[in-house]
Amino acid sequence: MAIWLTKDSKVIVQGITGSEGSKHTKRMLAAGTNVVGGVNPRKAGTTVDFDGTSLPVFATVAEAIKETGADVSVIFVPPAFTKGAVVEAIEAEIPLAVVITEGVPVQDSAAFWSLNVSRGKRTRIIGPNCPGIASPGASNAGIIPADITPAGRIGLVSKSGTLTYQMMYELRDIGFSTCVGIGGDPVIGTTHIDALKAFQDDPETDAIVMIGEIGGDAEERAAEFIKANVTKPVVGYIAGFTAPAGKTMGHAGAIISGSAGTADAKKAALEAVGVKVGKTPSETARLMREVMS
Amino acid sequence: MDLFEYQGRDLFERHGLPVLGGGVAETPQEARAIAERLGGKVVVKAQVKVGGRGKAGGVKLADGADEAAARATDILGMDIKGHTVHKVMLAETADIKEEYYFSYLLDRANRTFLCIASVAGGMEIETVAEEQPERVAKIAIDASKGVDEAKAREIVAAAQYPAEVAEQIVDIAVKLWQAFVAEDATLVEVNPLAKVGDGRVLLLDAKITLDENASFRHPDHEALVDQSAVDPLEQAAKAKNLNYVKLDGEVGIIGNGAGLVMSTLDVVAYAGENHGGVKPANFLDIGGGASAQVMADGLEIVLGDPAVKSVFVNVFGGITACDAVANGIIQALALLSERGETVAKPLVVRLDGNNAEEGRAILDGANNPLVQRVDTMDGAAERAAELAAAGK
Repeated sequence: MAIWLTKDSKVIVQGITGSEGSKHTKRMLAAGTNVVGGVNPRKAGTTVDFDGTSLPVFATVAEAIKETGADVSVIFVPPAFTKGAVVEAIEAEIPLAVVITEGVPVQDSAAFWSLNVSRGKRTRIIGPNCPGIASPGASNAGIIPADITPAGRIGLVSKSGTLTYQMMYELRDIGFSTCVGIGGDPVIGTTHIDALKAFQDDPETDAIVMIGEIGGDAEERAAEFIKANVTKPVVGYIAGFTAPAGKTMGHAGAIISGSAGTADAKKAALEAVGVKVGKTPSETARLMREVMS
Repeated sequence: MDLFEYQGRDLFERHGLPVLGGGVAETPQEARAIAERLGGKVVVKAQVKVGGRGKAGGVKLADGADEAAARATDILGMDIKGHTVHKVMLAETADIKEEYYFSYLLDRANRTFLCIASVAGGMEIETVAEEQPERVAKIAIDASKGVDEAKAREIVAAAQYPAEVAEQIVDIAVKLWQAFVAEDATLVEVNPLAKVGDGRVLLLDAKITLDENASFRHPDHEALVDQSAVDPLEQAAKAKNLNYVKLDGEVGIIGNGAGLVMSTLDVVAYAGENHGGVKPANFLDIGGGASAQVMADGLEIVLGDPAVKSVFVNVFGGITACDAVANGIIQALALLSERGETVAKPLVVRLDGNNAEEGRAILDGANNPLVQRVDTMDGAAERAAELAAAGK
């Protein structure tokens, strides 16, 4: 059954006619995702063809939900328009909004998050600046390559895209229930803790890989959560042990401020609650292999 | 992006906040001119993006223009905790009666903003929070409601600012929030916020961080970049839209995806422990679609770093196919030699994921003596470190 995204999920794409949106819609369809339409107010009423699949374009998310029963939206719009797109998804009360866009101003992310909270968090937001979510063999919402791994019983949550792919690849013989890329921005909708909780409650997940990186204290808070709430085995990996303080390492959120946010502190916090932390991605995969054997 | 104090002062002034007159100088002559304009006593302050400049001798009082020029001569060129002073700010002096603290900042953990306010200013707020936590108020700010007059009164009450300055601080709190939002800041810190002899409350220092993701709506922020601190390689990389950070090792790094590149730096540093302590020379993320052009640009930057002795190209083919990446590397090397660049440093390439077999075959077929293929990340890091150590 996986978490948040299943074979029954009906997916729409905000920005379906843009270059990224159309490229990845095609890939999502090829992966077997039930993509039911897209949103672009200027092209409402038209259809878009993807290798023989014809998808309707709607003016608004609300209309798309009404016409198709969509329950997931994947958002591929440029940074300047992302806040508007996410606000629209929240106001239409879509259950899951996956925000792929990189480079969203943090005040915009804080604003749509605040709106979501004030409306009772009816929408789960993943991202921004994330690769999305994939439940191998069932559905794929975002840009995670669908053919790296088959379905299995490991759950994966990560701040990074390619590091997620690397881990999926290393453990492809075991397979994954769901892989969630939560994104590398300072303000994100779904956290490590949200994913840990969902994996803990998911009967199809036996163990969890958690990938973090420098910046903020999300990993430290996840460690506290694991101590109190997670009984399934968790294996961790943190990127950025050798990153210098005060420099943004690619992701907007990946910055060590003073002595806060270091990889060492995150590793120590995880190990203190019994999480095995790999020194490298391959060692992390090895630790998970031991757990699953 | 962190601003200098003088940039913060200017920004506050633009947003109608009460600050003292001041100006910035890069030479003693400029300092003299500003001191003449301000008149009387001035304070000369080193402009460095690091704390503790007062203790280091980077803040001096001067009586008149001649003394201001002399103090500027002393301070310009000073080294403060590894930061060379290229600029000094000259400001009017104030008869400070009381010092408070005030800041707005992004609260990552709670995904909102926070106001930290205290009657104890002029020292590190972390110290106050530790020693006198009852004197530090933290007030959450809803990103969609912001700070209006009512919220500002809540802050002033929580911080227990004295009654005689309360109205002024309410006004400052509202205007400072407006500036915070208008400029897409993630931090504005005023320490001290001071009550001076005539009863006015003034913002006497400024620590501001701006959100670089918001630069598309602030074309004016480009002018705030400190060109003297920008590494020439970082500048060249930025001009090519590459995500590059200069580090101080010998192994050049090129990879796709920020997380994977950070991880690559770590793995290379671990491998370097067994090879004379060689370290990664840079962070370079060429992103998802690694075209030949992007690879050529990336290689040009990394090979242009004289400290680099070997290069590790670490690509996991997710959306990008590894055969395209392999072709990119080969074409990039050809492109560089066409441009007349001598490429003599060894490249260790690890390709995995989408079409890895095809990619590896392309590299083998090209038979370029500089390119070595290693199929695991750990193994490739080991080889790159070994080659860098040999080239030192």
